[in-house]
Amino acid sequence: MSILIDKNTKIIVQGLTGKTGSFHTEQALAYHGTQMVAGTHPKKGGTDWTGSNGETLPIYASVAEAKDATGATASVIYVPPAGAAAAIEEAIDAGIELITCITEGVPVLDMVRVKEKLDHSPSRLIGPNCPGLMTPDECKIGIMPGSIFKKGSVGVLSRSGTLTYEAVFQTTVAGLGQSSAVGIGGDPVKGTEFIDILELFLADPETQSIIMIGEIGGSAEEDAAQFLADEAKKGRKKPVVGFIAGRTAPPGRTMGHAGAVISGGKGGAEDKIEAMQSAGIRVSPSPAKLGETLVDLLG
Amino acid sequence: MNIHEYQAKQVLKGFGAPIAKGVPVTSADQAEAAIAQLDGPVWVVKSQIHAGGRGKGKFKELGPDAKGGVRVSFSADEALTNVREMFGNTLVTKQTGPAGKQVNRLYIEDGADIARELYLSILVDRETGKVSFVASTEGGMDIEAVAEETPDKIHTIGITASQGVTDADAETIADAYELTGGTREQGKALFAALYAAFTEKDMSLLEINPLIVTKAGDIQVLDAKVSFDGNALFRHPDIMELRDETEEDDKEIEASKYDLAYIALDGDIGCMVNGAGLAMATMDIIKLYGAAPANFLDVGGGATTEKVTAAFKIITSDPNVKGILVNIFGGIMRCDVIAEGVVQAVRDVGLKVPLVVRLEGTKVEEGKAIINESGLNVIAADDLDDAAQKIVKAVKG
Repeated sequence: MSILIDKNTKIIVQGLTGKTGSFHTEQALAYHGTQMVAGTHPKKGGTDWTGSNGETLPIYASVAEAKDATGATASVIYVPPAGAAAAIEEAIDAGIELITCITEGVPVLDMVRVKEKLDHSPSRLIGPNCPGLMTPDECKIGIMPGSIFKKGSVGVLSRSGTLTYEAVFQTTVAGLGQSSAVGIGGDPVKGTEFIDILELFLADPETQSIIMIGEIGGSAEEDAAQFLADEAKKGRKKPVVGFIAGRTAPPGRTMGHAGAVISGGKGGAEDKIEAMQSAGIRVSPSPAKLGETLVDLLG
Repeated sequence: MNIHEYQAKQVLKGFGAPIAKGVPVTSADQAEAAIAQLDGPVWVVKSQIHAGGRGKGKFKELGPDAKGGVRVSFSADEALTNVREMFGNTLVTKQTGPAGKQVNRLYIEDGADIARELYLSILVDRETGKVSFVASTEGGMDIEAVAEETPDKIHTIGITASQGVTDADAETIADAYELTGGTREQGKALFAALYAAFTEKDMSLLEINPLIVTKAGDIQVLDAKVSFDGNALFRHPDIMELRDETEEDDKEIEASKYDLAYIALDGDIGCMVNGAGLAMATMDIIKLYGAAPANFLDVGGGATTEKVTAAFKIITSDPNVKGILVNIFGGIMRCDVIAEGVVQAVRDVGLKVPLVVRLEGTKVEEGKAIINESGLNVIAADDLDDAAQKIVKAVKG
């Protein structure tokens, strides 16, 4: 078991013909044979994409056509920011179950529009502005480096791409490995929040512990802490290590991620750390000690 | 991106929002004509800087008893005296930091007869994913203090994107302000106009504090603070022209040319990192070991050698920097590209301070080889913890 994706997941690439889409599709195909089954391009339908190692995938004019032809249930989006929202909407309309948008820099009001549509559909969106998700040895959607993963028991979730890598790398070094890893993205308005993924990790028998990495801005970490505290009262409980990036960030400045900003005295790191601790989450003092802290917590 | 109050008012006026008559000036000479252009009998002289708290701010060069950055004047002479006193001086407000900001632009406006001061803002509520109005009858005050002390006086009204501001929404907002009669009708029209401005121009914040009701019962936008979503500026060339680079840090302007996310801070360890989360965490770990970061810098995922070189030069141009930490966990970013960029930059500008490099992830061996073969005096680190300890030790001794 794992969450959201496994070796049977079939994936369509929206934006396959671009440089980024091509590179990461080659990487995914090379990662334990992840089932990348097709690409889409409005003007190149009917042609084939060829990777640098001679791999080929059929290109369809639309997501709906690609889905009908391949039976894919997932899509990954490498479309530039101006067209990313339209790409998500196309995937929702086509009935794709799991949509992952890697694109960074999507205008926030585009996401407000997408979010409303998403709320009235059965689709799940991961991102945008995210590294994607992985189930070790089975399936790789997005841009995470496959080499640092090891099949195992830790569920990793994070708003930051590179901090996801830190958590994955450190749990690999510690010998624990990962069940799945999900980067939910650094934008203020996004498809999937911490709580959604925590629910899946709690329900997944293969996930025996969790590392959750938040950052300044908003209150998703506080909401997640409350959710875990509430679930624990019902007897659903797994060991959780947390980390919050941005303790030293100045208020009012947007720290790279559009969502990482302390505004109006809210969204600061200390409040989040306190909320996590009072929910029974072991907060790591350092981003370099995520694995160590988890090993210590597991005894 | 932030703009000045007078620019914000022009944008809002374009959507039909009622604003007072006013003239922006960039010299004391222009001010005399501007004052004559306005009707009086009250002139308001307002400092134009990208920071709030101007009214309560103090000018560094003037005595502690001098008036603040927004001055009400009851004659043309008094207005001109105020202009001369304010121009070129440094205004310190609670948002500028102790260094303050030099006032190079003033906005001279017709004074208003104020009966009520209200608060209105529009923002993207990240909890609901909706554009929301925040309304309070407590205008003209620090809204964060109002939220803290009397949260029941703050009303949040979420707008459904596909419908815009409905009549029911407008009624709810008008109720929050307890508006009646003709004032209420003016208010309802204004709410729709402001929402149109917010969404059509891709604003990230629109704050009117105060929104006033005049003694004649008319609604007017008395102050306006507008920020735009930097990710949407590509579709608003008209808004990009409003950027005032004199309000920004020189290093941040240089960084923006290379599409680098850079924020100047006041510590002494320069940082170059890939990924916003890791960049913040790197600042945090420097602090954890007892030093302070000189900057936040995310080189991003698709950085080229040229971009990395530019980033390195920006860091070394900061005279406060006593050591540099390069921390890369390559995913989309390749370690060899980072290494080449660093080596190139050091060859171009030299290296006068200790440099610690930690590389991990995609193409790490190639990256390490490039650094080793360059012959540069680089301190290699095994992991993030090791890297932070080494740079702090190198700087602090």
